[in-house]
This record gives sequence, structure tokens and C-alpha cells, in this order.
Amino acid sequence: MQEASAQQVHQHAPPEGFIRKYVFSLDHKVIGKQYYALALVAVFMGMALSWLMRFHLIWPNSKIFGLELLSKVGAPGGVMTPEYYLSLMTMHGTLMVFFVLTNAPFAAFGNYFLPIQIGAEDMAFPRFNMMSFWTTFVAFVVLVLAFVIPDGPPISGWTAYAPLSAVGSDAGPGLGWGQNLWGISIAIFCVGSLLGSLNFIATTLDLRTKGMTLMRMPISTWAWFITSCISLLAFAVLLPACVLLILDRVAGTSFFIPAGLVVSDRLQPHAGGSPLLWQHLFWFFGHPEVYIAILPAMGIVSHVLIASIRRPLLSAKVIIYSMMSIGFLSYMVWGHHMFVSGMNPFSALMFSFPTLTITIPATIMTLIWLGSLYGAKIRITPASLFALGFISMFVSGGVSGFFLAQPSLDIVLHATYFVVGHFHMVMGVAAIFGVFAGTYFWFPKMTGRMMNEGLGKWHFWLTFAGTYCIFMPFHYLGLIGNVRRYSAFVDDFLVPLLPLHKFITIAAFVTGAAQFLFLINLIHSRFWGQEAPVNPWEATSLEWTVPSPPPFDNFGGKHPVVYHDAHQYGVKGSRGDYVMQDSPETVVPES
Amino acid sequence: MGKLFAVILTIIALVSAVPIVMHTWWMPQDISAHGHAIDEQMSETMAEAGFSFLAAQLLLAFFVWKFSNRKDDGKIRTFPGGAKGLVAAAFILVGTEMLALGVLGQKAWATVYFTPPAANALQVQAQAGQFAFYFRYPGADGKFGALHPDKIDEGNQNYFGLDPANDVEARDDIVTGELAVPVNREVHLMMHAKDVGHSFYVRELRIQQDFVPGLDLAVHFTAVKTGRYEIVCTQLCGLGHYNMKAYLNVMTQEDFDQWMKQKASEQ
Amino acid sequence: MSTQANTMTAAGKSGAAEAAKSGIWVGIAAITMSFAAFTSAIIVRQGSDASWQHLALPPVLYLTTLILLGSSVTLEMSRRGISALTAGSASGEGGEAAAGGLRWLGGTLGLGLLFVAGQYVAWQQLAAQGIFLATNPSSSFFYVLTAMHGLHVLGGLAALGYVLRKLAGARPALRRSAYEAVCVYWHFMGGLWVYLLLVMRMRL
Repeated sequence: MQEASAQQVHQHAPPEGFIRKYVFSLDHKVIGKQYYALALVAVFMGMALSWLMRFHLIWPNSKIFGLELLSKVGAPGGVMTPEYYLSLMTMHGTLMVFFVLTNAPFAAFGNYFLPIQIGAEDMAFPRFNMMSFWTTFVAFVVLVLAFVIPDGPPISGWTAYAPLSAVGSDAGPGLGWGQNLWGISIAIFCVGSLLGSLNFIATTLDLRTKGMTLMRMPISTWAWFITSCISLLAFAVLLPACVLLILDRVAGTSFFIPAGLVVSDRLQPHAGGSPLLWQHLFWFFGHPEVYIAILPAMGIVSHVLIASIRRPLLSAKVIIYSMMSIGFLSYMVWGHHMFVSGMNPFSALMFSFPTLTITIPATIMTLIWLGSLYGAKIRITPASLFALGFISMFVSGGVSGFFLAQPSLDIVLHATYFVVGHFHMVMGVAAIFGVFAGTYFWFPKMTGRMMNEGLGKWHFWLTFAGTYCIFMPFHYLGLIGNVRRYSAFVDDFLVPLLPLHKFITIAAFVTGAAQFLFLINLIHSRFWGQEAPVNPWEATSLEWTVPSPPPFDNFGGKHPVVYHDAHQYGVKGSRGDYVMQDSPETVVPES
Repeated sequence: MGKLFAVILTIIALVSAVPIVMHTWWMPQDISAHGHAIDEQMSETMAEAGFSFLAAQLLLAFFVWKFSNRKDDGKIRTFPGGAKGLVAAAFILVGTEMLALGVLGQKAWATVYFTPPAANALQVQAQAGQFAFYFRYPGADGKFGALHPDKIDEGNQNYFGLDPANDVEARDDIVTGELAVPVNREVHLMMHAKDVGHSFYVRELRIQQDFVPGLDLAVHFTAVKTGRYEIVCTQLCGLGHYNMKAYLNVMTQEDFDQWMKQKASEQ
Repeated sequence: MSTQANTMTAAGKSGAAEAAKSGIWVGIAAITMSFAAFTSAIIVRQGSDASWQHLALPPVLYLTTLILLGSSVTLEMSRRGISALTAGSASGEGGEAAAGGLRWLGGTLGLGLLFVAGQYVAWQQLAAQGIFLATNPSSSFFYVLTAMHGLHVLGGLAALGYVLRKLAGARPALRRSAYEAVCVYWHFMGGLWVYLLLVMRMRL
């Protein structure tokens, strides 16, 4: 009976004491905010790293103030060494992909809003939920430790291709303990993500409130649900890959290291491994990871968009089915990262066709979003601007995929800035735009205060124009053949490109600086913002039926009953042009 | 505000397209026998991608211009044809577009990878190591000596780990730091990685291929224009990655024979 | 008490009660995926390595296999008694059944521990032959797979221990679904082990 009574306490009384309330909290809302805070720290770190890298590319011999404090070896006298550039690049990629793009749109918002949107009091397994955040936090700490150890962060990139990442410190700086910490951190991160995904799936399947059929769930909930299915299978593959990599490094096994390698004049004591095995395992995770970042953003953007254009999407079902097919296809395309890696050239074609096929659901989604704008009443807010900006970015980042899906063009474009531009736009900027849209939209609910709208709009204009200024030129550079992951441009054909690089660097500084507007807005509004009503955007889903911020058990011990699907807009409702999901009134079409 | 968004987006879309249309920054000239297929595929894809990009961005701008902050208190209207029309359009238009790209692109890919090298192709072995390329020609006997990783000794310029003392075939092998090839003759390049992964990329040659440790890979190509072109490494290989390069020297047959003779005497 | 637990379960929280069951299947999907990744790694390695030397498995593994499969049987034997417990009829005839159920559950836990010990013996035997983790690719996979499976079994043992502790107390309280979830997981561990044994035994 103890179990049951403990359960009851958990259901009806909030925990006491700072530690249980804010640190080791079981409340999905606190955990969601913790994920958000972690992503916020990681994104500003990642951005600072990109500033340092962009600075070094343009002024390779200039001192960077304070950099020597970060690493005496990496920046003697404050001037960055080429290898330290690679260290920072690795950390930038790892922080952004894992701790920002996986955490913010999926874990942070998903944790906070998925249970509320389906009418649940909490996640299915609150203890697992708490564990999944704190595991992720430990992963973050382990990764950041690489900055302070003498070896420094690894230089093998976020993809950690073996054998560079596997043979140890013979291969270069950061490849001793730095790379070990990287592997351990990612392995721990996998565990955290698996726990989180398990929780999301079980919660969606079992904790929906009365009347909340699957098709009545908001698109955002669908997106988190589909993403958790993808993430469950993707991280389940990355985890064993990391285990094998760590064993190769510390236990002398040869999973990824073939015989006869001479690194730094030393014949390596390994035999029989396969470097391509790492690439296969990594990209089997790596490509779905792109969708782990972008699908939640698609869901959030759809959710925000619908409330902002005051009409349902032309078809929510089509969006949901498109997301499902993208998720499904994402497991059949990993090989397109390996067209020129020595994989069987016939299999290149087998990976090319499903990759091109992904264009179809992606186009369908874009057309549905665009078509839904027709004849709508678009309300321009920072949230809706970022949602519209997302569509633009998704298109821009998506069309460059036409090129990279084709092995013949990949011969020219592989490992150039074209690829960097492509994935930064589609999985970096677009996904972050989804996070911004979600933040401006849900901040009132999460904190009980409104964000400053003027500041938010300035943030949007600068970020929107700025990111285009940064990443569009990346594509041009790639067409010329500008190789990525170069810490300096010494080749004859690269030197003339420096002016374009300078333009990009300046754009990166301005765009980065604009993010402080967001940070200021976030902090200022949290404490001094205007008080938020229950439903500031006149939105229909369940999170807008509870107080801002929601109480500990979300619905005050009651179980909401749902009568409609989540997006009843553009109708004659008792309160205006919308009908709440839990309102029993019949929906009367507007005309 | 919506109108401002529309204006900014339109400007971004149009300005982005200008360098593409003007070929301000574009692929360098093609010096390979197979490259025109790739270049055509690139133009084809660029046309389709460019059209999709402009159409979507301008449509987005137009709709936001027209339907944001409407004062007319008008009714919500639905896009003619609704979701069904759009889905059908996406399937038909994009589906055929992608199928066409996929099928056409296959041809360009096939010319590089599905044709075997000619029997009389010039045999060259390329070795990539941190952070230099070396090339090896089989010499007069037409045979490469075996590799012995334990014999690699850069101080003595034994970059490949040859064993001329015991291995007759290795004695006349010619090792160089640049890749010299005769114009209009097929080259069969066998790729060997000494330590970690690297890549062989010559922009003008439209060839990029990874060196994978433990894997015997090969590419073949024919250069049709003489000149010196940069070979760069495109697979992250360590701290000197940015500086890892060599030159491809495409010469006339006479120059090449001359060069070969001279190199043979230097060994 | 346990009736109360059941009442609470019935009071609109049926979803939460079911969550353990769907949760375990989701977890099994993830574990399956992980071991599929290991399997594909083995296939790639055997294919890419001409000098592959296949490891002769220590015979004690067949004994441990029997033990693990036996533990699944004892777990099933516990089902009736546990049903009586979670149904709240822990007196009279039901009480006897319940006590029996707990004994079977304890037996399962014991066999599970024996299995882990057996796996350890197998490691010892290989080590005595001079075959370690890094000796050759085949042995690497053997140690990695047995260790990974062993870790998951230890997790299952912890869960069994938890169930046993909850049920054996003076006032037993446990959701039926939690017990069911542990059962599913434990049987899965047995099936997974048989699969791994085949993978390691055969040349793929």
C-alpha cells in the first residue's frame, strides 16, 4: 500500500523543499524547463565557439582576447592553432546537435507540453523522466570537461570517423582523453534519450484523457510522438557504436581499426576492423537524428501557425502522415552520407532513391502550410514570424537536398561548404526557428508572463536576414569546391574566396549578437514581463485551459474531457472564432 | 508587419538567386572526359531546385502580404482544390521531377563507377597519410612491389613501406609527390590509406573518393586538358588537414615520358 | 490494502496502470535495435576480415542457457500465486497460493543469479585459455555481447528483487502491470540470450 499512497501524494500534493521542487523534480514541467535551460547554455556555448571559428578563418594570426585562458596549448598567446580550431569545431557540432537540437525542440517542449496537451497529470514514468534529464546533464558535464583536461577536446569532428577517432593520441591532439570523454558523453546521452523516448511513447499511448483519440491530438503532440519513436531506434544504435568505439580506444579491441596502420610513425597494434562499420552505425543514427531535430520543430510550427492564421491547416492528417513517412524513410537513407566513402557504388543508388523520395512528403507539408495561408487571417507576432520564417528556411535548406541526394553531384559537393550550408539551414536554423516560435508562443504559459513583442520582432528580423546572409553564401562556396573543416584557406583556389568568408563572418557576428536580444527578453520578461492571461493567443488546445503557469498536477486533480480535435479555428464559437478542445459546444462552421 | 516580412523575404529570395543565375561562383572548368555528364546534371538540378526555391519563397511572401492583419473582416477562405489538389500536385510534379533527377543522375554516376578501367590505363597508386599524398608508378616492369607497413620510414623517403632489398618488383617503382598523368589517357588510380581516412578531390577532374584504411579502392579518369590542378584532402584527417594537398599535373604524352624518365633516374 | 491499490487503479487511472506494459514493449524494441546493431557489426566484421578465427564457446554456456530458460518456467509458475496476491485474497487458500507464488518468484531470482555466475565462469574459462577481450575479433564480440546481455539481466534481477520485496512485505502492494512487465522482460532476456548464443555459435 505504501506504493499506492506514495502515488497518491505524488498526484495531489506538490513536493516540498527546493531540491525536490527544482532540482530532482519529478514534475514534467520542471524537467522540461531544465532541458530548456541546458539547451540554452549549450546553444550560447556553441554560438561562442562558432564566433571563435569564424574569427580564426578570417584573421588566423590575430589574438583573441581571453582565449588563452581557455587553453594555453590551443591558443598560445591568444592566437588559435589550427588544431584548436578543429577542437572547437568538434565541440560546436556535438553541443549543437546533441544538446541543443535534440534537447530543445524535443525534450524541453515535449516534456513540458506533451502531457498537458493530452490531458495527463504527468509523464507515465516520472522517475525515469527525472533520470533522463540528469543523465543528459551528466553527459553535458562530461563533454564540457574536455575543455579543461590537458589533452583538450577531440579534433575528429562530431561524426568522429574511425580510425582517426579510434587509434588514440598518436593521431593528433585531443584524441586521447578528449576523445574518450566525447565517447563516454555521447554514450550517456544515448541512455538519457532512450529513457526519455520510452516515456514519451508510453505516455502518449496510455495517458490520453477521455475523448482524446489519437487523431484529436495536436500536431505538436504527434510530432513529439513520432520523434520519440525515431529517437528510440536511432539512439539504440548509436549506443552500441559508442561502446565499441570506447573499447577500441581503451581496451585494445579492433572493431573499427584495420591492420597495418602507421600513425605518427608507429605501427598500430590492431587488426581486422572496419572503418566503414563506424560510418554505417553512425549514420544509421545520424540521418534519423536530422529528423529528431526537425520533426518537433515542424510540429511546433504547425501548432503555432494554426493559432496565428485563425484556421485549421488544409489537412492536419496529411501533415501527420507526412511526418510518419519522413520518419520511416529516414531509416533507409543513411548511406547518402557515404556516397564517396568507398561503399559499393550500386548501393549508392539504393540510398539515392529513398532520399529523393523524402522530397515528396516534405513538399506536401510545405504546400499544406502555404495553402493554409491562403485566405487566412494571419496575426503577426514574434511566434508567427518565426513559424513563417521556419517555412522559408525549410524550403531553402530542403532544395539543396536535391543535389546532395544524387551520388553524381555528391562527387563534386561532398565535404564542401554546400553540405555545411544545407544542414545548417534545414536542421540547424529551421529547427531553432521552431524553438523560437515555440518559446514566444508558450512562454506566457510556462512563466505566467508575456514576452516583449517589439524586442521579439527585432530579434526575428535580425535573425532571419542574418542567417540567410551566413548560410546562403555557404552554398556558393560549396559550388566552387570550398572544402569544409579547414582551419585555414591556403589552397590556391581558396585564397580568392576570403572576401566572401569575411562577409559571412561579419554576418555571423551580427546575427549572434542579435541572440542576446532574445536572452535579454527571456530573462527580463521572466521577472518583469506583463502578466499573462490563461489564453493570450485564443488557442484551442488543452494547455490553454489551465492557469499560466499550470499547477503542479496540471488540471487540479480533474480529468479534462475532450470533445473536438485540437484545431477548431475559423468557426462561430461562444468566445470568438475558435472552440476550445474541452468545450462541449457544437462547432458551427463560420459560413 | 506582414508586408515587411513579404518584402524582406522577396529581396532575400531574389538576391540569393542572382549569383546562381550569373554563375558568379560556380564549379571550375571541367577537364575530365566524364565530367560533362555531372555538369549537365548540376545545371538540370539547379534549374529545378531554383524554380522550387523561388516559387515557394515568393508564394510565401505573397500570401503573407495578402492575408496578414486583414482589416476587411473577411471570411476565412480555403485554397481552391484544398489539400487533395496540393497532395496530388506534390506527388505528380515532385515525384516525376525526383524520378527524372534520380534516373538521369544515375547515368552520370555510372560513367564514373560502373565502367571498368581500360586495359591499357596508366596504373598509379596513391597513398594518403597525415598530411601528404604520395604517388607510385610501377616502373619498367609494370608491377608494383608489395607494401610493408613496418618498413615505412619517412626519414629515408620510404613513404610506402617498400622492400627493394628483397623485392624485385619494388626496385623500379617510382615514388613522387605529385600526380603526373598524360593528357587523354585513362588513369587507374589505386588508393591506399596509410593511417586514417583521407580523400582525393580534384575539383576540375570532377572526382572525389575517400581513402579508407584497410580497403582497396580505386577510381579511374581521363584528363583532357593539360595543366596543373590542386589535389586536396576532403576527409577530416587531423590537425594538418587544411594543408594536405598535392598537384595533378596533366602533360602531353611527350612531356610525360620525359618526366617519367627523369623521375626514374632520381629514384 | 492491495484492494485499495486496485481501486485506485480502477479510478480513471487505468492508463497509468497500463503504462508499465507498453513501456516494457517499447524498451524491448530499443534493446532489440541495439542488439541488431551488434549483430550487423558481427556480420560486417566476419565479411571484411579474411583472418577471422571463430571462437569455440565454453560448454558451460549451454548449462547457463538451460538455467535461464528454467528461470522463465519458474517465473510462469509464480503467476497463479501472484494473481492471488494482487487480487487481494491473501488469506486461506489464496494465502497458500500466494506463498507458493512468492517461492517460485524467489526461485526465479536465484536461477537468474546462478545464470550470471555461470556467465562469469565462462569468462574465467576463456581467460584461463588466454583468450581476452582484445585477443581477436571473435573474442571481442563474445565478451561485449555477453557483458551487454549480462547487464540487461542484472537490470531484470533488480526488477525481480523489487517485485519480490514489494509483494513479500506484510502489506503487499504492487500494480499487476508492473509484475506483468517484469515477466515480459525476463522472458525476453531468455529469448535474447538464445539468439545471441546462436549468433556467436554460427559463422554468419
